[in-house]
Amino acid sequence: MSIELRTSPHQVSDRSVPTIMKHVVLSLLPVCAFSVWQYGLSALALLLTITATCLLTERLLNRSAGQPSTLGDWSAAITGVLLALTLPPSFPLWMGVVAGFVAIAIGKALFGGLGFNVFNPALIGRAFVQAAFPVAITTWVPAFSAQRFTELVPTTLTAPLMMPPEIVDWVKQQAVDAFTGATPLARWKFENVVASTYDLLTGAVTASAGETSAILILVCGLYLAARKFMDWRIPVAVLASAALTAWLFQWYDPAHYPSPTFVLFSGGLMLGAVYMATDMATSPVTPLGVWIYGAVIGVVTVMIRYFGGLTEGVMYAILLGNALTPFIDLYTQPRVFGTRQQGKKK
Amino acid sequence: MSLPNPADEGITFDTFMEGVWRQNPVFVMVLGMCPVMAVTVSAINGISMGIATTFVLTCSCFLVSLLRKLVPKEVRIATYIVIIATFVTLVDYLIQAGSLALYEALGAFIQLIVVNCIILGRAEAHASRNPPLKAVVNALGMGLGFTIGLFALGGTREILGAGKLFGISLFGEHFQPWVVMVLPPGGFFVLGGWLLLFALFRGKAAEGGHTHGA
Repeated sequence: MSIELRTSPHQVSDRSVPTIMKHVVLSLLPVCAFSVWQYGLSALALLLTITATCLLTERLLNRSAGQPSTLGDWSAAITGVLLALTLPPSFPLWMGVVAGFVAIAIGKALFGGLGFNVFNPALIGRAFVQAAFPVAITTWVPAFSAQRFTELVPTTLTAPLMMPPEIVDWVKQQAVDAFTGATPLARWKFENVVASTYDLLTGAVTASAGETSAILILVCGLYLAARKFMDWRIPVAVLASAALTAWLFQWYDPAHYPSPTFVLFSGGLMLGAVYMATDMATSPVTPLGVWIYGAVIGVVTVMIRYFGGLTEGVMYAILLGNALTPFIDLYTQPRVFGTRQQGKKK
Repeated sequence: MSLPNPADEGITFDTFMEGVWRQNPVFVMVLGMCPVMAVTVSAINGISMGIATTFVLTCSCFLVSLLRKLVPKEVRIATYIVIIATFVTLVDYLIQAGSLALYEALGAFIQLIVVNCIILGRAEAHASRNPPLKAVVNALGMGLGFTIGLFALGGTREILGAGKLFGISLFGEHFQPWVVMVLPPGGFFVLGGWLLLFALFRGKAAEGGHTHGA
């Protein structure tokens, strides 16, 4: 009988970066499917184009740096899908290509690839196109239009570098009832109209491709949290702090500020809290730090929505949270077991 | 970075090309970034700023070089600043008289040439140690390098930010301007891109053995 001598670890988890990333992509598929069902061909084209751009950029940069391909870790695919889901379904494809390239090249590869990036790459891509093309990124189209599976939104196939055509007439032809061309957040901010919670939950509102149905995102997030593919504390902290802030404001002035449910289920907060803020490379690792990080994002989001010039603040709130992550990690180091706490005498 | 101080050498081609290539103020030394970032929203702004800076740089270096043996070491910086400020005032009035539109586009950055690191840096590092003619040749090269840098940034930002170059429309009226390019972040993106490209070129040139004197 031979005895094999080995050092620890004796049991290796099958969890690896590709496994986790693959499950995140899989959990995003229902959200994508709903988005395509809702917006038709344009949403599908946007999703495919941006994801392909991200994968291609990753491969090209790998090659130019002389590194082995990192496509297999699925992280570029996540970036692509998430980025597409945060953009309006009518977004011109060539701008999507710009966003995808910026997300991977500037958001990730420039810092040294997966794990070294300071900010969420998808949000970097979105922030860039929001600064570059402010009109295109706030042009909305109605969901569930009759011809959505047979024709594209006119803006989708805009020639590269050209301005997307005006789609007001096209939207009128779609004859979707009560389409205002504004997101629930914009309508609240400029017209003081609060959308019904039912509409927000089921996705019957104007929004970006993937942030419409809050329920669907929550269910997919629950799956990830249950399989422990993401830290459930982050979305809970983000949503709780946003709700608490909103509740405080409503308590102070009910006539002016909307209810916490409206704040929770409108705009990109759900998608941001579940899929963007939980990005492992750009969120804190300490137990206390995670709560602080989530709380900062939630509060800043509500503050930007209420007092900022923009109607939606989730993107900048998460980017700010990403920027604070190293400091949060530094100051929330847990006490090493068996050592004395600083300043405390036994 | 070692400062070349070949006081005994005569004027070579490298005296001029140093500022264009090996020690390019924008792409290699990364000096004088304040005007580089602020005024390069269009190609014409970049070139005007470059020419103004070249003028000040050349004249100041000439005078500094002439006076290099008279000025006591202890007060040299103050002397240089007085000399530079004189020429900046000259340029300031010249541009104001020549083109008020350009004067307003460049704004305070004309006056701020006086604190541009390149000018004081070249006065201290080169002009104060070399004879006048050599200082002028070197300053002209530096000025050309700076102008090329400003033009590269201004041109890129104008093409992407407005679809034009020197005010001439390149892509027709349906061009979608990249708003971010004329905003401050665009300046950083474009500068980063050009630094990357220039480093690549320099790397390639070094491999091929085409470096100038280095």
